[in-house]
Amino acid sequence: MSIELLKGNVAFAEAAVRAGCEAYFGYPITPQTEALEHMARRMPELGRVFVQAESEVAAINMVYGAAAAGVRTMTSSSSPGVSLMMEGLSYMAGSEVPAVLVDVMRGGPGLGNIAPAQGDYLQIVKGGGHGDYKMIVLAPANVQEMIDLTVLAFDLADRYRIVTVLLADGSLGQMMEGATLPPLRPLTERPAWALTGARERDTNLVSSIHLDPEELARFNDHLQAKYAEIEANEVRFEEHRLDDARVGVVAFGTAARVAKTAIAAVRDEGVAAGLLRPISLWPYPEAALRALAERVDALLVVEMNAGQMVEDVRRVVEGRVPVRFFGRTGGIMPMPEEIADAIREVADAAGAGAPEAQPQEVNA
Amino acid sequence: MTVLAAEPLLTPVYEYPKSLTHVPTHYCPGCTHGVAHRLIAEVIDEMGIRQDTIGVASVGCSVFSYRYFATDFAQAAHGRAPAMATGVKRANPDKIVFTYQGDGDLASIGAAEILHAAVRGENFTVFFLNNAIYGMTGGQMAPTTLAGQKTSSSPDGRDPATTGAPLRMSELLAQVDGAAYVVRRSLHDVVQIRRAKKAIRRALEVQRQGLGFSMVELLSSCPTNWGLEPTAALAFIRDEMVPVFPLGDFKLPAEPAAAAGAAAGTGARA
Repeated sequence: MSIELLKGNVAFAEAAVRAGCEAYFGYPITPQTEALEHMARRMPELGRVFVQAESEVAAINMVYGAAAAGVRTMTSSSSPGVSLMMEGLSYMAGSEVPAVLVDVMRGGPGLGNIAPAQGDYLQIVKGGGHGDYKMIVLAPANVQEMIDLTVLAFDLADRYRIVTVLLADGSLGQMMEGATLPPLRPLTERPAWALTGARERDTNLVSSIHLDPEELARFNDHLQAKYAEIEANEVRFEEHRLDDARVGVVAFGTAARVAKTAIAAVRDEGVAAGLLRPISLWPYPEAALRALAERVDALLVVEMNAGQMVEDVRRVVEGRVPVRFFGRTGGIMPMPEEIADAIREVADAAGAGAPEAQPQEVNA
Repeated sequence: MTVLAAEPLLTPVYEYPKSLTHVPTHYCPGCTHGVAHRLIAEVIDEMGIRQDTIGVASVGCSVFSYRYFATDFAQAAHGRAPAMATGVKRANPDKIVFTYQGDGDLASIGAAEILHAAVRGENFTVFFLNNAIYGMTGGQMAPTTLAGQKTSSSPDGRDPATTGAPLRMSELLAQVDGAAYVVRRSLHDVVQIRRAKKAIRRALEVQRQGLGFSMVELLSSCPTNWGLEPTAALAFIRDEMVPVFPLGDFKLPAEPAAAAGAAAGTGARA
C-alpha cells in the first residue's frame, strides 16, 4: 500500500468510503467541507447515497433513517453544526442504531471562528443531547489516524449498535500529510433488526419511545450494561516517554501532538516528562491515568479549550497528585514553547524540575 | 336436522385489513385518525405491498401509529419524519416508504424538512393529517389553526394580527418542482372518505412509478380538543375548515397524452 499526500478531511471521507459507508448526508460548514465535497463526487461514482441536506438537523435525521435501514452511514460537520445534531444523536442512542459522526471542531462559542479548537469535548463526551446516553468518541492526532479511526468507528458502531464520533479539529481537517488508505471493503449485510420490509419475517420497529416508566428504566439498564461492556473493552490510548516520567502531560488530538514537541524540549533540559494521550475519549483511559497518577509527581492537562477534559482527569485522579491545566482558546493552537513553559512550572512546583532549577538538597 | 352447506353462507365484502395490527388504538372517540389508518392499510393490502412498505411515524397523536400498521416502522423525532424517510428510502429505493404526520409536526417544527423533501423530489409519500390543532399536548394553536379558533394557547381565539393566518401546506408544496402529487381531501363524510382513499392509492402509485414526492393532506377531526361532539366535529371540518383549506388537486404528475386533462395544476416531473 502506498503513502499518499492527503488532506485530513479528504482522508477520513475516503476512509469511510473504503470502510463501506453506503450513505452520506451532510451540510457545508468550515473547516470540514472538503469531506462533503469528496463524498459528493465519490458516493455517486460507486452507486452509493450522497445527499446534501437542508440543515444539520435534517442531515442527522437522514443518517438516523439510513441507519434504521441497516446501511453503514455517516455525517460530518463542525461545532455549530454538531450542536444542531444533538436531538438526532439522542434519538439514535435511544433506538440503538449505529452511525458515524465526524466533528471537525472549530473555535466557539456561538459562530466563533473557523480555527482549530477542542471546545466540543464536554458536549460530545458527556452527552450534549438529552437523556442518559453515551457515544464512543475517538480522537485522532494525525491524518493517518483520521483514516484508521474512521474505519474503526464504523466497526465499533456496528458491533455495539452505537453512534461513534471522530472528534477532530480544524487543523487535522485542513492539514496535509502522508498517509495510507485501506483497501475498499465489501459492503456489510443488513442486520436482522433493520427496516427492509417485513418479507418472510415479523415487522421491525426502530423507535426510542418507551412510554411505560418501568419499561424505559429496563431499557436504560440495558444501555448502561452495554456502556459498561464498551468501557471494559474499547479503551484506547498512547503512552509516550512515560517510563521514567515525573511529570505526566495528558492531552488529546492536536494538543497532544504539540505537547510531544514540548516534552522533547524539556527532556533535553533534564525534566522527565511524558505524555498520556487518550485516543478513546469515551471510554476514557481511566485505569492508565490512575496508574500514571500513582507514579508521577504532577499532571499537566493541555487542551485547546478553557479546560474541559481536565474535569475528567481530576475526577479520575481524585487528588492523588496536583493536576494543572494549560489551555488556549479562540482557535489558537498552543506553541510548543508555551507548553514547555507550563511543564517546567508544574515540574518546579512539584520538585521535579530540571536539575539546576531544583533547590539543593541538604547532605543526607 | 338441517345440514348447512359447506360453502360460505356469506361472501365477505368488508374485512379487517391485513396491514393493520389488532392493537386497539389510543385515539379518542370520533377522531378520524382511525379512518385514515384504515384507508392507508386497505390500499397497502390492495396493492399487495405490505411486506415492501416502511412507515415513518411522527410526534403528536400519531406517535403510536407504528403500533397499528403491520409493516416495518421507524419512529422519528418531532417534525423530522421527512428527513428520516429520506434516509430510509435512499437506503431502500425499491421499497414503499411513507410518513404519517400531523399539522403541528409537519407545518410547524418540521416545515423545513417537509419543504426540502419536496424540493429534492424524494420518492416517498406523506400522509398529512390536518386537524388545525396540537392534539397530543392538549389542544394548542398550530400554524393551521383557523382565525378566531380558540385553543389552550390562543384562549381568546387565534388573532391573525399577531399569530398569523392558517398555513396551507398543500398549496405551498405544490409550488415546488420536485413535488409530483399534492392533493387535499377530507374525512368528514363517506363521499369524502372514498375520495381520500382514491388519493392515497394514487399517491402510492406515484411513488411506485418513481415520479417523486407525493402528499395527501387529510382534513381531520379533533373532537376532544375542539370541545365538540364527534358529529359536530365532522360538521366543523365541512363548514369551517374546508372553506379555509379547499379540497382539490394542487399538483398532479404529467399524464400520458391520452389521459391528460384530469385536473388543473399539472406540474411536469419527468
